[in-house]
Amino acid sequence: MYALAKDNKVGKELRMCVVDTLQELMEKNDKVIVLEADLGIASGWTKIAKTNPDQFINVGIAEANMIGVAAGLNLTGYIPFVHTFGPFATRRVFDQVFLSGAYSKNTINIYGSDPGFTVGANGGTHTTWEDVALMRTIPNAVVCDPADQTQMEWIIKEFSKRKGINYVRGNRKGVRNVYEQGSTFEIGKGNILKEGSDVLMIASGQLVSDALIASERLEELGISCEVIDMFTVKPLDEELILKEVVNKKAIITIENHSITGGLGSAVAEVLSANKVYVNLNRIGVNERFDQVGTPDFLQKEFGLTIENIQKTIKELVR
Amino acid sequence: MRQSELRNLNVLATNIRIDTLKMLKRRGYGHLGGAFSIVELLAVLYGKQMKYDPKYPNWEERDRVVLSKGHAGPGLYSALANVGFFEKDLLNTLNEGGTNLPSHPDRIKTPGIDATTGSLGQGTSIAAGIATGFKLSQKDNYVYLIVGDGELNEGQCWEAFQYIAHFKLNNCIVIIDENKKQLDGTTEEILNPFDIQKKMEAFGFQTVKVKGNDIKAIDEAIDYCKSFNDCAVSIVLDSIKGQGVKFFEEMVANHSVKFNNDEINNETEQAIVNLKNLIKDGE
Repeated sequence: MYALAKDNKVGKELRMCVVDTLQELMEKNDKVIVLEADLGIASGWTKIAKTNPDQFINVGIAEANMIGVAAGLNLTGYIPFVHTFGPFATRRVFDQVFLSGAYSKNTINIYGSDPGFTVGANGGTHTTWEDVALMRTIPNAVVCDPADQTQMEWIIKEFSKRKGINYVRGNRKGVRNVYEQGSTFEIGKGNILKEGSDVLMIASGQLVSDALIASERLEELGISCEVIDMFTVKPLDEELILKEVVNKKAIITIENHSITGGLGSAVAEVLSANKVYVNLNRIGVNERFDQVGTPDFLQKEFGLTIENIQKTIKELVR
Repeated sequence: MRQSELRNLNVLATNIRIDTLKMLKRRGYGHLGGAFSIVELLAVLYGKQMKYDPKYPNWEERDRVVLSKGHAGPGLYSALANVGFFEKDLLNTLNEGGTNLPSHPDRIKTPGIDATTGSLGQGTSIAAGIATGFKLSQKDNYVYLIVGDGELNEGQCWEAFQYIAHFKLNNCIVIIDENKKQLDGTTEEILNPFDIQKKMEAFGFQTVKVKGNDIKAIDEAIDYCKSFNDCAVSIVLDSIKGQGVKFFEEMVANHSVKFNNDEINNETEQAIVNLKNLIKDGE
């Protein structure tokens, strides 16, 4: 059960949500173990090294080895969580995640941080707009893009109970609250955050909050938008999409990701496979590499702003 | 090692070799060279050094083998069948559609396979993780990591070796099968490994080099590795690709062998007869 946050203040840093949740899990289960690839200060996981030294391994700057070691630890009964920046947690180690992890039926929980525009000064070499696309191709993987701190904490706890490859991406810094603390979710189920009759907005990650703000501003212009938080891009809540698209003038997907292979693609696949012919617009990044700049600058540069969501919808329903 | 023990291990090695050869010939093709070069090693592991129970392949207290050079799977399958993990009939199904014996080992499909391997380099990290798990759980088990010399081309091996050495995983016995050939040619031609023993020593491993066909020396090398408890250990097997059958040892491109002409098929039949005679003669 979930409820919307009473305010949309910026919440706790997502990395600290991960740290605190892992520490909480470790208190109860000595088989939970975390692996870092020399980004412990960046992720805050050095805190875990202090509180739970026997459940923390820094493998050094060797991500491929980190994934394999995680697989081996799982083979001896451990529940591994690994962290590195999103591109290194997915693109760089894709074959290790695929074979040493998924194909071998080993469980590895992966946190890839600072996707897309959230990367800031680390720039295009340190970020990914392809991670969801890649991870979505792994059979039976779970791919999550949480909207806020409450959802991130829930996801980490949920991952600790699941088998297989579980991937969560997220800003290391704080993002606006979407949910009341204590809200609970379901893997594979999207959440309707706002009802509306004209346009169906399907968003993921921290852009869910932007989608909500845009939808409220559009109400003032007489455009009624329904907003869905599709925090599990895989497995995708196809049923919800097919139900909510009925009688809508248009669908818009909103993601901090390439429009190739991510949430927008996933929604398009569902619509196409079910012969639903509807005006679909995917807001995301199209055929471009990321770059340096503040997250605000990058969000504008790549058209992922509240203003651009409003503009796109206005044009769609004109 | 007692003479009787040595004789038994020799018999086991020869049976592993015979069954591998039969399996590949029946299928018509397969990774013979690299399977044969580890036959004596497999005999020492499964005939003497390892703790396992073939009736309970998933027994938690067992030692583990990670065959990172997964293409040698048929050799390992033959070893597993010979020590009772499954009936030898299963060997006939190698690479058939739907088989439980795929060309490269799959821990879900085959009893006795501890790690799924095949994408070279990846087994090294998996073994490192298993060894870490044993240490964290205060288990005194060993994981035997078998790596090819061609496989050392893969950077992941060296990531894993750094890790194994840094964390002093003496319970991960790294065995490098230096058979001096990879698929496209000799290792020296393709990507020169230079002195593997020195490389391993430079990476922080106590390393010993033994002949790949010397059962007694392999056994002693493993005992030597087990005498260390505060550092990484490795064995370099000075082996021959196609080891144990002269015809295949002398074949230039023997990574994968096709049994598609009279010469090969006749030599194979003769090799099986000769190997069987070895056993009859008490090795």
